[in-house]
Amino acid sequence: MNENVATGWSITALANPTRFISIADKVIPWLGGLAALAIAVALWMGFNAPEDYQQGVTVRIMYIHVPFAWLAMFGYSMMAASALGTLVWRHPLADVSVKAAAPIGAAFTLLALVTGSIWGKPMWGTWWVWDARLTSVFVLFLMYLGLIALNRALDDPSRAAKASAVLALIGFVNIPIIKFSVDWWNTLHQPAAVFRMDGPTIHASLLWPLMISALGFTLLFLTLHLMAMRTEILRRRVTAMRRLAARRADKG
Amino acid sequence: MNHDAYVFAAYAISALVIALTVGWVVFDYRGRKADLATLEAAGVRRRSEEA
Repeated sequence: MNENVATGWSITALANPTRFISIADKVIPWLGGLAALAIAVALWMGFNAPEDYQQGVTVRIMYIHVPFAWLAMFGYSMMAASALGTLVWRHPLADVSVKAAAPIGAAFTLLALVTGSIWGKPMWGTWWVWDARLTSVFVLFLMYLGLIALNRALDDPSRAAKASAVLALIGFVNIPIIKFSVDWWNTLHQPAAVFRMDGPTIHASLLWPLMISALGFTLLFLTLHLMAMRTEILRRRVTAMRRLAARRADKG
Repeated sequence: MNHDAYVFAAYAISALVIALTVGWVVFDYRGRKADLATLEAAGVRRRSEEA
C-alpha cells in the first residue's frame, strides 16, 4: 500500500489534503513576504519613474491596472485548468482550487475595471464605453460572480464541483476574446503594449516598475489562493466532522 | 491639468479592496481553525484519525 503513496513535490503527492496543508503552511509566509517586497519595490520605482510625455501623471495608474487585468485573466485560466483536473483526472484538490480562486479572481477583475475606469475619465473623457475590451472584461467579472453563486447554490460538493468545472471551462472561451479584442475590433482601449510579437513598446523606465508590480501582485494572488485552498480543506473537514457527530448522536 | 486625484483614487480604492480580500481570507481561515478546535475539544474525531 505504502509503495503506491507518492512522495516529494509531485501533483499526486499534493492530492493528499493533509500533506497539501503542511506544504502550504511552509510556503505561504515566504510567498506572502516576497509579494509584499515586490509590490513595495514596484510602488517605489513607479512613483520615481518619469511621467509619460502624453498621459502625464496618470500613467502611474498603469502600474496597478495592468497587473490587475492580467490577474483577472490568469485567475480564470487557473480555474479552467483546475476544472480540467476535476473533470478529467478527478484530482481531489482541483475543485478546492476552483472554488478558492473565484472570489480572489473576482476581486482583481473588479479592480481592473475600476482602475481602468478612473484612468479612462482623464484620458478618454469618459468613465466607461461599451467597447469590446471593456465589455468582455465585464463579462469575465459576471462569470466569476456566476461561479461563486453556483458553488453556493448547490449543497452537495461533488455536484457543485462538476457544475462549476463545466461552467469554468465554457467561460474560458472569453479569455482569448479579451486578449485579442483590441486587435479584432475597433476599440477605445489601446492595443497590447507589453506582450507583443515584436516586443514591448513601453520605455524601459516605465516597463520595469510595471513588470515588478505584475510579479508582486501575481505572488499576492498565489499566496491568497493557497490560503483560501487551505481554508476550503478545513471547511470540508468541519462539515464532515459535524455530520459524523450528528450521526453518532442519532445512534445514541 | 492636474490629474493627481485620479491617481490617488485608483490607488486608494485598490488598497481598500485588497485589504478587504486579504482580511476576508485570513478571518475565514481563523474561523475554520476555531471550528475544528471546538469539534476536537468536544471529542469529535475524523474517521481517518480513529484507530
